[in-house]
Amino acid sequence: MSVVISARGLGKTYPRTTALDDVSFELEEGKVYGLLGRNGSGKTTLMSILTAQGFASRGSFTVFGQQAYENADVLKRVCFVRENQQYPNDAKPTHAFEAASLFFQNWDAAFAARLVEEFQIPHRTRIKKLSRGQLSAVGIVIGLASRADLTFFDEPYLGLDAVSRQVFYDQLLADYAENPRTVVLSSHLIDEVANLLEHVLVLDRGRLILDAAADDVRGSAVSIVGDAAAVATFTAGRDVIHQERLGRVAAVTVMGRLSSEERSRMAAAGLELAPVSLQQLVVRASQHAATLESTGKAA
Amino acid sequence: MNRLSSTGGIDDSSPLFLQIAEQVEDSIVDGSLAEDAQAPSTNELAAFYRINPATAAKGLNLLVDKGVLEKRRGIGMFVTKGARAALLAERRAAFATRFLDPVVTEATRLGLSIEDLAALLAERTRKEPTA
Repeated sequence: MSVVISARGLGKTYPRTTALDDVSFELEEGKVYGLLGRNGSGKTTLMSILTAQGFASRGSFTVFGQQAYENADVLKRVCFVRENQQYPNDAKPTHAFEAASLFFQNWDAAFAARLVEEFQIPHRTRIKKLSRGQLSAVGIVIGLASRADLTFFDEPYLGLDAVSRQVFYDQLLADYAENPRTVVLSSHLIDEVANLLEHVLVLDRGRLILDAAADDVRGSAVSIVGDAAAVATFTAGRDVIHQERLGRVAAVTVMGRLSSEERSRMAAAGLELAPVSLQQLVVRASQHAATLESTGKAA
Repeated sequence: MNRLSSTGGIDDSSPLFLQIAEQVEDSIVDGSLAEDAQAPSTNELAAFYRINPATAAKGLNLLVDKGVLEKRRGIGMFVTKGARAALLAERRAAFATRFLDPVVTEATRLGLSIEDLAALLAERTRKEPTA
């Protein structure tokens, strides 16, 4: 599997804030990545740097094994769909698509036309007059039809209605299956995109707190539900990441997998196993990081 | 949002690729996917369940390792001979732990005796065919 992006110790500081702090990772060819994290966690900053539209304060990175800045060989293979993409004042969607077709050598005009139909984009109206959702759809059409080897989508679904979001996910999957490429999808709607992702990167206040295969993350914790005393006995000594209580019933989430012997012991004790979603795990990982930080500061 | 939860077939309870494998096994067990027939492709599974194709591939490969499916180069995956019998044997072996244990647990909680259970089961099986 060849490496598409290799980042080492990336940092970005502004006078008052640290947007990225010592971020290192590799992206492999042909996978769909989720770049997850709360608002302001550094997702857009990181993508701006990786697409050579912004500069890092520290660290280095390569794209397709080369440095990316002002490097046409690299940049013509990279598409970055910004959440707040600016267009010229009197541009219409058709102008944006024509510009994209000149830049991206794999541009598929027929596919773009099909997507415009599906998203019902009024392509002869000025972009300025489009709704937020229609504006997002213009970006999605460019991101999909460009078929760039490396495509970044920054919160691509903003303002899109439920039908259009589903169109996006379906088209992304179908086209990715036909034309495999590397896709980075930044999102805070984790449940909605969880099953599309092969690998997740989670940022929290500028730091990379999770870099793992989505399947491994999903199986990394379980929730045990039942009588509070029985749950407490069963979860004693385990790495508890979350607990909730309602009357005599407790739900405790612990890290790690359970063996079949443990499962049958659990069933015998009248305890039930509840699934933990990717979103819950990411939320908890962020909270865990926050707790560590505050205790670290106190010490 | 995705089809997985809405069909009731797939959820967060176990790794997705295991659930994909189980769904394919289900169709072999119930006969809708016959022996020697071509299994759904990675991309078909990915599109239908709205999941990453790599996950679907992992599920199919699990069935290849298990001997349920076989790869035919350049064509696709096919159900092996004897796959259905093997799956039936495997499921029968797991039937008691998977289905009866929860029933017994719940019945005990409700104060039903084993005789009550047996009576209920007899009553049900009498009614089911006509229902």
